[in-house]
Amino acid sequence: MLDHILSILIFFPAIAGVFGFMIQKDSVRAYGVAVATIEFALSLWLWFSFDSNVSGMQFMEQLPLVPAFGINYILGVDGISLFIIILAAFFTMIGIASLTETKDVKNMIISLLFLQMTMVGVFAALDAIVFYIFWELSLVPMLYIIGAWGGPLRIYASVKFFLYTFAGSLVMLVGMLFMAYFYFQATGVWSFAILEWYRLILPENFQLWLFAAFFVGFAIKVPMFPFHTWLPYAHGQAPTIGSVILAAILLKMGTYAFIRFSLPMFPDASAFFMFPIAILAIIMIVYTAMVAYAQEDVKQVVAYSSVSHMGVIILGTFALNVEGISGSIFLMIAHGVVSGALFLLVGVIYDRRHTKMMNQFGGLASVMPRYATIFGLMLMASVGMPLTINFVGEFLSLLGFYKQSHVLTILAGTAIIVGAIYMLAAYKKMFFGTVTIEENKNLPDVNKRELLALVPLAIITVWLGVYPNPVLAPINKSVESIVQLMHDKSITEEAKSRIPNLVHGIEITRTTVEEAH
Amino acid sequence: MLAPVNVSLESLNLMTLAPMLIPIIGALVILVIDMLKSKLDRSLYVVLSLLFLIMDFSTIIDSSSIFMKDGTLMGVFDVMLIDGLAILSQFIIVGASILFIPLALSHKRFHEFAYPEFFALFLFMIGGFQFMVATDNLILVFVGLETSSLALYTLIAMHNRDKSFEAAVKYFTMGALAAGLYSFGAMVFYALTGSVEISKIAAVLAANGYADLAYVLIGVVFMLAAFAFKLSLVPFHTWAPDVYEGSSAAMAGYMSIVPKIAAFVVAMRLFEFLIHSGVVWLEIVLYIFVIVTMTAANIWALVQTDVKRMLAYSSVSHAGFVMAAILIGTTQSNSALFLYWILFSFTNLGSFSMLWLSRQKHLPAHQNSDHSYDKFAGMIKTSPIAATIMGVFMLSLAGIPPFALFWGKVYLISSAVTSGYTVLALIMALNSAIAGYYYVKLIVYMFMKEPIIGNDGHMYVANATKPLRTIIGIAAIGTIFAFLAINPLLEFITSFVYNSGY
Repeated sequence: MLDHILSILIFFPAIAGVFGFMIQKDSVRAYGVAVATIEFALSLWLWFSFDSNVSGMQFMEQLPLVPAFGINYILGVDGISLFIIILAAFFTMIGIASLTETKDVKNMIISLLFLQMTMVGVFAALDAIVFYIFWELSLVPMLYIIGAWGGPLRIYASVKFFLYTFAGSLVMLVGMLFMAYFYFQATGVWSFAILEWYRLILPENFQLWLFAAFFVGFAIKVPMFPFHTWLPYAHGQAPTIGSVILAAILLKMGTYAFIRFSLPMFPDASAFFMFPIAILAIIMIVYTAMVAYAQEDVKQVVAYSSVSHMGVIILGTFALNVEGISGSIFLMIAHGVVSGALFLLVGVIYDRRHTKMMNQFGGLASVMPRYATIFGLMLMASVGMPLTINFVGEFLSLLGFYKQSHVLTILAGTAIIVGAIYMLAAYKKMFFGTVTIEENKNLPDVNKRELLALVPLAIITVWLGVYPNPVLAPINKSVESIVQLMHDKSITEEAKSRIPNLVHGIEITRTTVEEAH
Repeated sequence: MLAPVNVSLESLNLMTLAPMLIPIIGALVILVIDMLKSKLDRSLYVVLSLLFLIMDFSTIIDSSSIFMKDGTLMGVFDVMLIDGLAILSQFIIVGASILFIPLALSHKRFHEFAYPEFFALFLFMIGGFQFMVATDNLILVFVGLETSSLALYTLIAMHNRDKSFEAAVKYFTMGALAAGLYSFGAMVFYALTGSVEISKIAAVLAANGYADLAYVLIGVVFMLAAFAFKLSLVPFHTWAPDVYEGSSAAMAGYMSIVPKIAAFVVAMRLFEFLIHSGVVWLEIVLYIFVIVTMTAANIWALVQTDVKRMLAYSSVSHAGFVMAAILIGTTQSNSALFLYWILFSFTNLGSFSMLWLSRQKHLPAHQNSDHSYDKFAGMIKTSPIAATIMGVFMLSLAGIPPFALFWGKVYLISSAVTSGYTVLALIMALNSAIAGYYYVKLIVYMFMKEPIIGNDGHMYVANATKPLRTIIGIAAIGTIFAFLAINPLLEFITSFVYNSGY
């Protein structure tokens, strides 16, 4: 069974979703939770059987799909994708479990199960077209979730989300077709296999163009400044579960794709574009932090802070060294946990008051102490307090980038302090002071179902903050091999110097051989 | 004294005529039956037509196995030309017709299907299309074109509504103009080269090194205009939305597929050699045609309020998209054309059939047209399965993987990439994004809006019968599971196109 565990992980929720149509409406939630729990258990099993000492792909599967055109169904996981898959399974599980009373709950759960298929598919695919299939397909359930269960502007928000990402990924598709064509020219066979593409060394100007094509697709998904305008709408209008999945998993597709595609395939272009992208990332961190400070709506604060932290992930990724990339992958998971939890928390209060405006609250700490505690913990994690999960990722990302540029890293570091300001300000407005509004006086504290979702997240936040090694070690292992690949593949002087060489031993023997001659 | 002409019967290869003759015989049989006993039920004619079409299909399978063994076959004084293109396009023509004809067995009785002439004309039309694609003789192309077009005009008019007459007359006038342009273009080529066969025209023009380029260009202009009418390329597309609106949804779906593939094949035969021999002007004009057709039709489709008109503009846009294959003119792009069109047939016929399924006999007061967007509001609440199937067709048309049309798009864009048309590839990709909007718009109506009060969902399946459901089921399965069939299809198509020298 382990030979096909990835296929099972991908298609089990989808098949369960199809069968879900047969289930009676009132029982469908239990069914959804059961399926998602099995899926999560499977993903834990995957982690359990994962060999942390191997840097390459594991559990690989291969099936011909369109061999005449080089498209194969290839799957595999390494340390980079493993934890995001587990995170996706985890969030779908607690998302369904914490789902409050919604209309058409059956449609919602079936959409979530289909969405889970696409999420796992994206992170497990090792063929560009298969990757693209899941990447695009993930838009459809999300379109439906935002559009059918969202706020008053839901249709505008969902269509904007769909079209924006769809347009970007079509440009990326053209890039993929070019990449396959270059591979065809070099080797005489069509192939869309990512691992085969890794072996192709392209001239620098080709790399620049292809990097740009892929960048459009990924940057919109992340979303990077200035392509971020769809996200506040999507978050603002989406139902809680939609925001949670969007922030925790879907956005990670973009940053993951940078590490899976852009860096190893175009190392010279990555080094070339390092500073422009870093500057964009810093603008993104600072600008969205400032915008977040100006928000009245607590969900928008969380949404903008989520974008702001995505900037740190990008910065870490484009540090192009092991610390930065490992840190950014760890931060992806941390950001997933923390911002997912924050959106869940916002959902909790929205269910009670049907408003997200911060001026409608105040003094909640005395009414809902447990809620305030968990919110406080997640907020501390979000601003990157030491001993919480975000700190590890942010620290490593910034450390990585510090090796490339001191000034930019200091700028980014200050921006994180701005993050602390707006988050604390929001916390103050909502939780401290006296209860001024009558309706807030008798709000019930978090109930069991909500605790079921929030407590595990709180535990993870602290556990991985104190002891990140179980996750960080496998990530590190895989990142090392990618960085080494980038160093070996790069052709320009700049890239060679920017991307560290990890295998000193070989370098020395090579020079000694040359000296001997 | 004239020497007696001896032609052995074997050298005529009369078998090459078999696929075209079968529907014609079928049409005659239907007319004879009607003469002997009138007032028979439409189901008889549907099944008879289906039988003849299946027979037709199997003879094409026969000729494809002959082609695989012996290569291109000429027959009947070298007028007939059975090459890979002819066989592939006949597969599409007859296959789409087989999927179309059971749609006549709708729940509501519509005027046109009561007449046996409808089915006779339908079969004549298919015969015409088959002649059109299986020859490189410009005169026979003309005969096939006119046979099929005249039959088609009548089929549209038989729908018997004001709009249908308008549509038929509009189509007829435009078609007559196109026929005139075509014959004029053919005349110029004949005057230049002394031949009406495309291969000989190409040979003569190549031999004299395109000495009379000005005249060639005049011929090309007329031909291009004629085909642009038939393929509804912008700015010759103006008839398309009105004609689609006037004809029944099933007929509109049929028209978006079959007449166009026939025209594409002839255009491929004619323009391919011209582009490859460096008639730069033609390349530029085609390039403009392709881009304008894709983009403008997409933008018009955005503002439509009726789903059928939206689909009409979307078909125009798809035609422009596929025209790019002829512009690129490599084996890969020509294969992509056929792949695209096969996948498009399934999806488009499916989506038009869904409209046909929901066709009411009389319009309710709040509805301005047969298939306004409002009609589909909240469809997921009342008939979820129909809404999901329609949604899948829309996603496929938009090019969302892994549904059928995505693969056609990928292969076509890839053929643009491999032949250096980078900008074209980008424009094609971005146009798919624009098109995404109006397809998603229908999904938005179906899945996210509240249903109109008093709509119990019955109207979405008002016209449903078993045959209709079967056809939609086939189309849906073809659309969803296309990824399993892409590889064999691609290999089959590529070998046929390659062995025909395109």
